[in-house]
Amino acid sequence: MSFEHLNIDHVSMEFPTPKGVYVALENVNLVIEKGEFVSLIGHSGCGKSTVLNVVAGLHQATKGGVVLDGKEVNEPGPDRAVVFQNHSLLPWLTSYQNVELAVKQVFGKTKNKNEMKEWIEHNLALVHMGYAMHKRPEEISGGMKQRVGIARALAMQPKVLLMDEPFGALDALTRAHMQESLMEIQAELNNTVIMITHDVDEAVLLSDRIVMMTNGPAATIGEILKVELERPRNRVELADDAKYNYYRHKVLEFLYERQHVTGEKQAVSKKEGKSSQLNVVNPRVA
Amino acid sequence: MYASVFKNITSEDLKAMIRALLLPLIAMSIFLGVWSASAAQVQTSLGQLPGPADVYKQASNLYDEHIAERDKEAAFYARQEERNAKKLEANADAEIKVRSYTGKATFFDQIITSLITVFTGFMIASLIAIPIGIVTGLSNGLYQAINPIVQLLKPVSPLAWLPIVTMIVSAVYVTDDPMFSKSYVTSAITVTLCCMWPTLINTAVGVSTMDKDLNNVSKVLRLGWLTNIYKIVLPSSMPMIFTGLRLSLSIGWMVLIAAEMLAQNPGLGKFVWDEFQNGSSNSLGRIIVAVIAIGLIGFMLDRTMLLLQRRFSWDKTAVLR
Ligand SMILES: Nc1ncnc2c1ncn2[C@@H]1O[C@H](COP(=O)(O)OP(=O)(O)OP(=O)(O)O)[C@@H](O)[C@H]1O
Ligand SMILES: [Mg+2]
Repeated sequence: MSFEHLNIDHVSMEFPTPKGVYVALENVNLVIEKGEFVSLIGHSGCGKSTVLNVVAGLHQATKGGVVLDGKEVNEPGPDRAVVFQNHSLLPWLTSYQNVELAVKQVFGKTKNKNEMKEWIEHNLALVHMGYAMHKRPEEISGGMKQRVGIARALAMQPKVLLMDEPFGALDALTRAHMQESLMEIQAELNNTVIMITHDVDEAVLLSDRIVMMTNGPAATIGEILKVELERPRNRVELADDAKYNYYRHKVLEFLYERQHVTGEKQAVSKKEGKSSQLNVVNPRVA
Repeated sequence: MYASVFKNITSEDLKAMIRALLLPLIAMSIFLGVWSASAAQVQTSLGQLPGPADVYKQASNLYDEHIAERDKEAAFYARQEERNAKKLEANADAEIKVRSYTGKATFFDQIITSLITVFTGFMIASLIAIPIGIVTGLSNGLYQAINPIVQLLKPVSPLAWLPIVTMIVSAVYVTDDPMFSKSYVTSAITVTLCCMWPTLINTAVGVSTMDKDLNNVSKVLRLGWLTNIYKIVLPSSMPMIFTGLRLSLSIGWMVLIAAEMLAQNPGLGKFVWDEFQNGSSNSLGRIIVAVIAIGLIGFMLDRTMLLLQRRFSWDKTAVLR
């Protein structure tokens, strides 16, 4: 048996709401290997962010827990860096300073000033933001902000990189660029990554495994698809690739045929005393 | 030469410039006209209500009085020095007396007193309100605990605080050699009590409505409590804090004038009250000069805060009015 890098061990998550307890996740169970790229896909509101937040330590699982390299996760920390959907850079700091804040916090004791400066610049260069280091978030585009957000996360040298719809707010072209960059970085650094996405193509293109989640309440992992496409992957070549299209088809089928949200299904999956928060779920899948 | 400067000015720009200058000018002339005409209709026990021309005359009177008073003061010190020098010449060990001049406070002295007082009260208020605002903004429980007290104290009029503050200051602030006069302390504390609430509330709201993601960033980085406040909470709520500070300062200025009037504390308020009691034919004109000065200073204080806000707030896009 191989050593478990990251173990999401029978995680259940309940939220207290004014209308009673809402069971968001039930028995989510997933083991992730070192250097693996895993994406989470599922309909809006099913609980993807909740899974990510539990791994990040921002939420505490009601049952079960997360073990990273043999240690239980119970608070947030820089070994599990998060890239948030809307960049969440500090608007009063430049790109450089934003990354610096993280680097100082993580390497303040082990690196000297020059080494830190080099490290910050190295990470900004990695995401192709070296030329706009000293600009503030308001002065750069959405894609550039997201790049800086990724640089900040990478600069912490995390054991796991958590990304919550990192490219969700970007236009299609910028998104494609960012995916290329991410694959490049991944080839170089071989990070362990969990990424949430709504984009089936993105999931297939980037992932080693695609984790498909059932609809909430009490969402859990419905199916796991192993993507065995050779790297480096090229989106243009893959467009006609039979295997690629097979994977795409599998994900689409899961989302639209097996997890299609209907009024009837909602009624069935709703537990007693639970609010019907999910009555209007719009599948946002591209 | 000039042509090159004006070359880039289009007729559109010119129109905009003329409008920016002309419209306020027209409004001002209408205002003065209406004032002048209606003042002539009002007879008070102190004579006719002064129009703009009378007020202007009183303003220059006040200025002349100020200059005269300064001259008197200079003369007083010159005489005293001369006297002492003579004494020392006669006997090197002679005891010399140095007294400070105690002339009547002029209009301009009163302005300075008022400014110093409002500034003191405002500073104390900010030093109390911003930390409390941050702490209450960070903790939901504390916010709920403190909110009723704040809401209860916020609308209390300065006139209600004043007697209490006066009594407390008289009872507590007893020293043989007071560094500050009691009236100054009383006015400043009254200002503090009335003007701290907008800063407190705005700071608390600014902190509690902070972007949740930024909070999460701080958690993921495991920033310490102080670092979190200094690096994330304070800058992100700076625009709201400044909104509060501006409100506080303008309330403080209004409150101060009322407090000085009621408590006979030195300052512009006392000047107005004295003129009212004085009841000469010039009094109304002088009071109107004071009113205009109060308005102008209030306006300038607000502009100063705005400049500070522009300087210290990262959010340059925020609407600043
Ligand atoms: N703090 C909370 N309190 C109560 N309910 C919550 C809380 N956080 C999440 N939920 C509920 O848990 C469910 C899952 O939320 P989550 O944000 O994880 O969904 P998601 O899959 O990330 O959705 P999206 O794709 O829209 O981002 C939702 O129904 C949401 O209403
Ligand atoms: Mg989400």
